Amino acid sequence: MERYAAFEVTEGDGPGATMTLSGPWLVSTVGAVEGDFAQAGEGVARFDLSRITEMDTAGAWLIARAAQSRGAEIAGANERAGRLIETIGGLESEGDVSAPRAGLLTRVPERMGEMIYNARSGTYGIMGFLGALILAVGSIVRHPRRFAGKAFVRQLELVGVSALPIVGLMSFLIGIVIAQQGAVQLAQFGAETLTVNLVGRITLRELGVLMTAIMVAGRSGSAFAAQIGTMKLTEEIDAMRTIGISPMEALVIPRILACVFMMIVLGFYSMVMAILGGAFVGDLLLGIPFATFLARIQEVVPIYDLWVGLIKAPVFGLIVALAGCYNGMQVKGNSEEVGLRTTMAVVSAIFAVIVLDAFFAVFFTKVGWS
Amino acid sequence: MASGPALDAAAGTREEDGAGDRVLGRHERYRGKFPINVQGLRNSFGDQVIHEDLDLSVRRGEILGVVGGSGTGKSVLMRSIIGLQIPDAGQIDVFGRSITTGDPDDVVGVRNRWGVLFQGGALFSTLTVGENVEVPLRKFYPELSEKLTHEIARYKVRLSGLPEEAVNKYPSELSGGMRKRAGLARALALDPELLFLDEPTAGLDPIGAAAFDELIRELKEALGLTVFLITHDLDTLHEICDRVAVLADRRVIAVDTVQRLMELDHPWIQEYFNGPRGRAALTAQALDELRKHMDMPIAANAVKALDNSAKGKA
Repeated sequence: MERYAAFEVTEGDGPGATMTLSGPWLVSTVGAVEGDFAQAGEGVARFDLSRITEMDTAGAWLIARAAQSRGAEIAGANERAGRLIETIGGLESEGDVSAPRAGLLTRVPERMGEMIYNARSGTYGIMGFLGALILAVGSIVRHPRRFAGKAFVRQLELVGVSALPIVGLMSFLIGIVIAQQGAVQLAQFGAETLTVNLVGRITLRELGVLMTAIMVAGRSGSAFAAQIGTMKLTEEIDAMRTIGISPMEALVIPRILACVFMMIVLGFYSMVMAILGGAFVGDLLLGIPFATFLARIQEVVPIYDLWVGLIKAPVFGLIVALAGCYNGMQVKGNSEEVGLRTTMAVVSAIFAVIVLDAFFAVFFTKVGWS
Repeated sequence: MASGPALDAAAGTREEDGAGDRVLGRHERYRGKFPINVQGLRNSFGDQVIHEDLDLSVRRGEILGVVGGSGTGKSVLMRSIIGLQIPDAGQIDVFGRSITTGDPDDVVGVRNRWGVLFQGGALFSTLTVGENVEVPLRKFYPELSEKLTHEIARYKVRLSGLPEEAVNKYPSELSGGMRKRAGLARALALDPELLFLDEPTAGLDPIGAAAFDELIRELKEALGLTVFLITHDLDTLHEICDRVAVLADRRVIAVDTVQRLMELDHPWIQEYFNGPRGRAALTAQALDELRKHMDMPIAANAVKALDNSAKGKA
């Protein structure tokens, strides 16, 4: 059996030449002859297919198009080949396979315009969401029995209790790193003992709550967006509305409350773990006994440092939960949107937390808690 | 004279050994009687046994419908045959090559001979319809020129009954029915000899479903396809299937034409084909047949009588 597609041009007795095709003309074999075939046979008036062993639509397409462009006739086609050529021959079509793509000069301004426009509708969306949230809070205050207690407890567990190991480990390690790195630098001034001040103040004022907020944004903010977004896609939210359950009351408020409350607890827990980490390094590397380290913390860290941290914690929790729930509620269309919105929830939450943290730092210094 | 030198020298040497179970060269089409042969298949998920000692042969050139209640493992059977689900036991041959025991390269040897239409279409969402069709072409036949690849993609899209403009649209811009057709275009990209369709008409309106049935039959006739068709659609079974395999009790309990299946005395089959929906599909089919012979007086009268009686009841 022949294994390659081939063709041959012979001058016949009649007007014009005959092109005899032979072998298999399949999508797997035409690649080798396609280029020559397109160029060959200017004056061919007849395509003889009688020696073709196999043909599929790709072969039929090449032959039908060649015959059409040269005005040649097709002869010797068996039943199957004839049927294929008849089916495929009429499917001429023009146009690009890829989606049309505008030039760079059009795309950049278009994209920028789109972003500005989206920013506007995003602002509307956030305002609308906050309004709906306040209304829902109001209605729960008036009808406390509508508060979704079970969902709240469940969220407390998911946001808080399940996060304990990872937040604890992270904070402990941060405490270790700060103490160890700080000690190396402070040793240049012979002030290793100030490591206690460093660890105590930086974890209470800044890092404890900030790192916890970032962790909660990654763990829970993303989960809020993905859960609510998926519920939106599967029309669960619409189903709730038709039954008369407000998704704001049933889904959003328990999540936000749980996140706000648990951020305070987790933030405090994180501070404690970081200090323990610092004390661990102090004991191991600096020769400060564990208990002495903890006692010194009490002396050198002013109590308002703790308040600075604990005031920021619920605000950060609120931002993380709001970003998660808002982006979840904005999902529409397809599953791709869920991924997009989840990413957006985490990124915007972390960004907002860091910006706010900067404002808090300036504010607390101005009011004398420095 | 032009030919492709050294195109598949490697395949040439492999072909000589083992005449009975040889690898098909890329210049051949399968000529055996049964492109799919399943024997003693067993599939299970944990404790739940889906298939037990399941046998099934698909004849070349037929449309085989596969039916069964929900959870009887129709899709699992298809996934086993195309190698996505490793069975616990049993032998599956496709084009005479074992899917279950052959090494991965052999399995790849048959992969360009089948096309699969998944239930949701499974189009790549970041590519246009045309680019979706080009993916398998570029993967298996990179030697084809850019121009020919585009042309093949375009006529495959037209062949699947989509309008010309659909070729550069993204799947998200298409309706459900059009997405199925686009999935079919991709399944047909390599001119497969074997086509797997998983519930192709599910979720389509009756007109769209009928058109899709017709399209599959036309394609099968024009391209000489063998079709493995999973369906719940009784009309599809009556209209286009040459034979129907019934999955129940963890195996294929019968494979036959719809007419012959209806005579079998199995509770599920009776319920399925002779239930209210089964009878409606059958009546519609019979009326269709009669209408085709409307020029004959007896048939015309029969149609009139049936139409009138239907009206009378309503």
